Amino acid sequence: MMEIPLEHGLILAIALFLLGLTGLLIRRNIVFMLLSIEIMLNAAGLAFVLGGARWALPDGQVMFLFILAMTAAEVSVGLALILKIFQKYRTLDTDEMDKMRE
Amino acid sequence: MVATFYISAAIALLTTALAITRLHAVYALLNLIVSLLAIAVVFFVIGAPLVAALEVIIYAGAIMVLFIFVIMMLNLGEETAQWERQLLQPRIWVLPSLLTLVLFVEMVYLLAIDTGEALTTVREVAPSTVGASLFGPYLLAVEMAAFLLMAGIVGAYHIGRREKQVQHRYLQKEKEG
Repeated sequence: MMEIPLEHGLILAIALFLLGLTGLLIRRNIVFMLLSIEIMLNAAGLAFVLGGARWALPDGQVMFLFILAMTAAEVSVGLALILKIFQKYRTLDTDEMDKMRE
Repeated sequence: MVATFYISAAIALLTTALAITRLHAVYALLNLIVSLLAIAVVFFVIGAPLVAALEVIIYAGAIMVLFIFVIMMLNLGEETAQWERQLLQPRIWVLPSLLTLVLFVEMVYLLAIDTGEALTTVREVAPSTVGASLFGPYLLAVEMAAFLLMAGIVGAYHIGRREKQVQHRYLQKEKEG
């Protein structure tokens, strides 16, 4: 039968999370930063599902569904904010938006 | 089935790495969609078919389409790619990448010194079990998620609305005169 060590799944989740973190740190484009946050949330969900699979319980998948709902709400607000920012500053560079007010 | 897990894991890692380093946002999104599909395969292999389907439908379908809409509305041109190219110099990305690599090595080490737990003989958690759990003990959390989505919709509508340019007649006259 199939045997996948739990560690290997967790290493995949950690690697995906850290790739998202790297993307968040190295990019200055606000669209890419939001995308990196998506990658990190998805990796966290993967860890939840792995935990659920280890003990054959539905709770991990339930948590993934909550993360999914949270991500959808976050992305819709975030993208609306990006549109607003682009209308105001005509750029996506986060270094340009370092002041709370002009 | 074990090989499927490792192949799709490798694809997910590779395409995610490609996604965060692309200059054009659309190419990054294409890579990320492939990554999400690979992760959906991982979910399927570890016995979570409901989550695998939702990963494809909601992540790769709905959320990425939202991103593509916004990128098309922003209508970014070649100069953005030029600007990204000068931003992605090695001095920008080397240090963060090294630091996250150190984090990765630490976590792998911590997992490696632990006693080996195996996902022995993956048992599928059926969608009906997940549904029964969602509408049983987690009912309150489901309703809170509904509140959150409602707040997201209202917030996105409110933020995305174009403001009307209201100008007082007196000020308008002053500007003209």
